[in-house]
Amino acid sequence: MQRFANPGRFLRLADAVMPWAAIAATALILLGLYLGLCVAPADYQQGDTVRIMYVHVPAAWMALSGYVFIAVVSAVALVWRHPLAHLVAKAASPLGAAFTFLALVTGSLWGKPTWGTWWVWDGRLTSVLVLFFLYLGHMALYGAFDDERRGQKAAAILALVGAVNLPIIKFSVDWWTTLHQPASVFRLEGPTIDPQMLWPLLVTALGFMAYFLALVLLRAKQEVLSQRARALALLSAGG
Amino acid sequence: MKALLALLRRELLLLWRQRGEPLIAVAFFLLAALVFAFGAGPDAVLLQRIAPGVLWVSALFAVVLSLERIFEADLADGALDQLALSLPLPLVVAVKALVHWLGSGFLLLLAAPLVALAYDLAWPLWSTLLLTLLLGTPSLSLIGTVVAATALGARRGGVLIPLLALPLSLPVLILGVTAIDATAVDIDADAHLLLLGAALLFALPLSLVAAPAALRQALEAG
Amino acid sequence: MSAIDAFFHMGGYAAYVWPAIGLTLLVLLGFVVTSVIRLRRTRRHLAALEATRSRQKAAP
Repeated sequence: MQRFANPGRFLRLADAVMPWAAIAATALILLGLYLGLCVAPADYQQGDTVRIMYVHVPAAWMALSGYVFIAVVSAVALVWRHPLAHLVAKAASPLGAAFTFLALVTGSLWGKPTWGTWWVWDGRLTSVLVLFFLYLGHMALYGAFDDERRGQKAAAILALVGAVNLPIIKFSVDWWTTLHQPASVFRLEGPTIDPQMLWPLLVTALGFMAYFLALVLLRAKQEVLSQRARALALLSAGG
Repeated sequence: MKALLALLRRELLLLWRQRGEPLIAVAFFLLAALVFAFGAGPDAVLLQRIAPGVLWVSALFAVVLSLERIFEADLADGALDQLALSLPLPLVVAVKALVHWLGSGFLLLLAAPLVALAYDLAWPLWSTLLLTLLLGTPSLSLIGTVVAATALGARRGGVLIPLLALPLSLPVLILGVTAIDATAVDIDADAHLLLLGAALLFALPLSLVAAPAALRQALEAG
Repeated sequence: MSAIDAFFHMGGYAAYVWPAIGLTLLVLLGFVVTSVIRLRRTRRHLAALEATRSRQKAAP
């Protein structure tokens, strides 16, 4: 890991990995969509709306994984003081937020025909909504300070505090939602999930992960170059 | 030990000198409850039903909006460096959180009965209400100290701090309200109160580690 | 109803399924586009700064 502390080496690594990740992402996502939209059967209760699940669930998984990823990278940044870790965390945040947004909107689109309302106070959906605000706060911290590095460190601390709180928040949201409606709304994980339904989920999830990797590398590269530009600008101004 | 008492005395003195601010927080709490009532309409049955939520949300907002002042003065006059030198940072944070609670949660505990009366909260629920506030508001102050330290010196700190603090405070809010609601339907609220206590025990080490880390960042940068 | 028609009809839920899929693809692609544009802009900016810097060094 220390080997990639050198920005140049990191950029070369990013350039090497990105095309493969991009290809894998495109292939897997397209395959997943094909499996979900064409191959998988319609649900006997929910009909074809269940196909939305094939993007909703992987998006929700990515929303959560993204935050965990950011927390891990933030820990590396704070504890090991890896110089590029902050930039990777900064790069990943909007991506995680985007997946969170997708999970929320696709959840609404799934919920409306199934349950009649655009929003459902279901445990998973509500937790993802809280997660969305955690992402927003994280992103806000980067730009909130005049000193760039102070913002990075503040964001890293918040990411860790947020990550530690995530299980507690999830628990309390579940606690709250089960008070009046014992049944979970988006229950699809029965004792035996149809394997035809499992494959599109897994493939799409893998595709999203490859996409995340490709884009985090792309955006981290941009952050590294941007940091270099800022340093140069300061030097040039100094003469 | 002497330094600890000196800090405590200094913070309490500051709190007293600027007692207008905690009082404004209480006024805000009462006003928020009033605004909720206007929003919900004058249906007494409805108001009684939503009273636990209104009380807790108003309390939460009042606490969160008062977080900025925890480190405000120290940043302004450069006392933060002195503080860091005089005592281990976790102790500093502990004192700050305690004094903040005295100027927020503790006062809200005293003001809550006014709102409870206005909303005609059923008498058996009062003890649960006060217990949840007693157990929950210190957690809010602890979490709030972490957020205040993290956002110390940020632009637009006034809106940034609530954005950061509210999601992290949701568990306390949920446990507090559901405890009172449970009592309202004759369900034992012991589990809720125990969880609130657990949340407090969890918030303590978390904040005493995270807030000093955040303060160190602020000191390094400044 | 032919197979293609049935596919687009989505059992009557077309109004929900297709926007969901469409929005997902839109967001995913959109991020790629904006990220690439940002990267290009930063590269250009960096190149310009490096050019200025080398001019500064050459003529003290």
